[in-house]
Amino acid sequence: MLFYLIRRLIYAVPIALAVGFVCFMLVQIAPGDPINAIVPPDAPQDVVDQVRRDYGLDKPLPVQFGIWLLKVVQGDLGRSLATGRPVWSDLQSAIGNTLTLAASASLLGFMLGCVLGGLAGTFRGSILDRAAVTIAVAGVSVPHYWLGMVLVVIFSVQLNMLPAMGAGPGGSADWAWDWEHMQHLVLPSITLAVIPMGIVTRTVRGIVAEIMNQEFVVALRGKGLTGWGVFLHVVKNAAPNVLAVLGLQLGYLMGGSILVETVFSWPGTGLLLNSAIFQRDLPVLQGTILVLSLFFVALNLLVDLVQTALDPRIKRA
Amino acid sequence: MLRRLLLAACAAALPTISAAPAAAQGTLRIGMTAADIPLTHGQPDQGFEGNRFTGIPLYDGLTQWDLSSAERPSVVLPALATEWSVDANDRTRWTFRLRRDVRFHDGSPFNAEAVVWNVRKVLDREAAHFDPRQVGLTASRMPTLRRAEVIDEFTVALITSEPDSLLPINLTNLFMASPTHWAAMRAAQPSAEAAWNAFAANPSGTGPFRVTRFVPRERLEMARNDNYWGTKAKLDRVILLPIPEANARTAALLSNQVDWIEAPAPDSVPQMRSRNMVITQNLQPHVWPWQPCFTAGNPMTDVRVRRALNLAIDREGLRTLLGGFMVPAQGTVAPGHPWWGNPSFQIRTDRAEARRLLAEAGYGPQRPLTLKVQISASGSGQMQPLPMNEFLQQDLRQVGINIEFDVVEWNTLFANWRNGCAHASARGAHMTNVSFAAMDPFFAMVRFWDSKMAAPVSNNWGGFNSPRFDAMVAEARNSFEPAARDAALARLHAAGVEEALFIWIAHDVSPRAMNPRVRGYVQPQSWFVDLRLPFIQ
Repeated sequence: MLFYLIRRLIYAVPIALAVGFVCFMLVQIAPGDPINAIVPPDAPQDVVDQVRRDYGLDKPLPVQFGIWLLKVVQGDLGRSLATGRPVWSDLQSAIGNTLTLAASASLLGFMLGCVLGGLAGTFRGSILDRAAVTIAVAGVSVPHYWLGMVLVVIFSVQLNMLPAMGAGPGGSADWAWDWEHMQHLVLPSITLAVIPMGIVTRTVRGIVAEIMNQEFVVALRGKGLTGWGVFLHVVKNAAPNVLAVLGLQLGYLMGGSILVETVFSWPGTGLLLNSAIFQRDLPVLQGTILVLSLFFVALNLLVDLVQTALDPRIKRA
Repeated sequence: MLRRLLLAACAAALPTISAAPAAAQGTLRIGMTAADIPLTHGQPDQGFEGNRFTGIPLYDGLTQWDLSSAERPSVVLPALATEWSVDANDRTRWTFRLRRDVRFHDGSPFNAEAVVWNVRKVLDREAAHFDPRQVGLTASRMPTLRRAEVIDEFTVALITSEPDSLLPINLTNLFMASPTHWAAMRAAQPSAEAAWNAFAANPSGTGPFRVTRFVPRERLEMARNDNYWGTKAKLDRVILLPIPEANARTAALLSNQVDWIEAPAPDSVPQMRSRNMVITQNLQPHVWPWQPCFTAGNPMTDVRVRRALNLAIDREGLRTLLGGFMVPAQGTVAPGHPWWGNPSFQIRTDRAEARRLLAEAGYGPQRPLTLKVQISASGSGQMQPLPMNEFLQQDLRQVGINIEFDVVEWNTLFANWRNGCAHASARGAHMTNVSFAAMDPFFAMVRFWDSKMAAPVSNNWGGFNSPRFDAMVAEARNSFEPAARDAALARLHAAGVEEALFIWIAHDVSPRAMNPRVRGYVQPQSWFVDLRLPFIQ
């Protein structure tokens, strides 16, 4: 296990470099000029040239990449072109907010998905199964930003029950786990939970149904185990595969949803990326994409390790 | 019925989770279109929305815009300077006399040293407090200012690179930050850049509001400055919230999370009106045009073609398309403005005259005119470029002009604007569709019609080159009496309209929606507002 862990960590280095290179180049080839984040687009050319020199944006791309990489390996993601603030400070608070939202959406989506999928897989072909499948298909099919808007119209605009935007009455800086703040989490969490709920439902349903048809389940029943006892065995056998799907979904949620966070003005990584894209704020874009990509790599590694621990049959070495 | 019952049941079952309590009296919550709080160090970014919300409320310039009236055009007034004059022998040297009763939010006095310090922050690369980030946001808006000198404690000299009567107008863009407060920040920070960041988190200007809380990317809270030198604000507090998505802003207003939103989603206006929200709008110094290319052999070099295009457009129809949220443009400024100039060519809808002019220019059914316009699908200040351009395309087909579009991304269109129409990036376009602010004469006219401003120097994209116009620009720059300067600018504008140097289409009206509790609000003919006027009833 230790060798496996070390090997995976070593693998992560070229992956991180590749991710860094790709995200640097992607934002460079995107249309528009990053100088627009600093100077008005109608500024005279001499001012534009001067500012471009001040920020090192006049240097060749390989040189810019080298400088950026050198700083990154020292833990410095640079400063936002638009605000001058360190990228890491903005990213830290955004990641915290996205984690809060992702955790609540995961909890909701995974719990509902596991319950619905488990029931559907156990009672395959029944009305319960068809209902669960319908909900799952609807979940993965409905555009979540549209669902977010509909929820806002109903629960915020019409019923005035829940806030439409923001991360608390005073912003996320004074976040607390009380109702005054958590009510801001309700609508975005439901919106964000819908897709993973659908995917997890379908995955769990398939895995549970397959396991239920296996001979060992018949044997368990033959031994006299009923309901709960059989269920525990099924869960243990389904867990590694379900965990892989949950890990991937959690990774997606951690990455933040640009659309959902924008609809709800939730100050997470999605909204940060949105604003960086519109402002051509390259350091923020590069830093955010890099950190989120590494986060995804780390999460996959963690899932692999947990899978191995849960199911010794999975050989990693 | 079932739906109503269900909604009523939900409402009854969840009385404890009602939305946030109403804000305290005197607190105004504003939903901005910006995705982040505009910079607060004294030279805001985010375009003029930045000046509107973190410039003017927190800081003052030596001069200011008159934002007190919805009826008359906004003009420049004294602010931290009470009077100014240009040296009769050296017209690059101005003297500004300063107000004596002004203190920064940190309590330090405002004086001539502070003015020099603020000029040096963007123009003197040797100054310890020079900030490259503020250069782009400031220097471009006062292109001829070179340096400042202290004459005495309350008198300062400003020196320009060439005689420039537009300087007092340009100075509305230079906000005065506190040197004393910055020095305190610098003492605790490792670099000037870090000191400016610390200053932005805890700014100090002379404006009618001071910052009380700043959460990056989420909110800025300001309280009334009770020591303000001018008329004090009525509001106790203002809270700025960045809400870039139009539907989210609308929902925030309708669910009582904010009291005022910028640029409501157009299709939500009827709903907002039905909920008694107040929709405000007024003519803005903004132009949504097609800017022609003047390269040799281009049909747009023919004034008859340019005039025909101006006459063939049904601007009232376009206004209907936009739900009333535009003013038909008859020039860069509207009739009644000091720079209007009463041009002999009247921009209106007259398709018969447009056809006659086209025929005279050699175009008609046998020889149709096909023109290409480079446009964007969206963008700041671009209003609704796709439906608007498609409307114009249909309009012009009625007089036999075929319009083709080259749709590019907004920032690309901007970058191309600087390259000029002869550059490959124009891809053969005869016109470009970049909207612009027209608050001061340089940005309204000079940069388009002065041959020295041809791309890539500035935004004379079409390469317009006319000694007559160059002379008129020089005359305006050298007319130092305000009335004479305005008269020169009026002649320049009238000549521009007569030559149809743009296809003028629309002025934006900057719609806002607000809760009826917001009273006292005045929407001036400006990009800015005076937050001292409104209050919460």
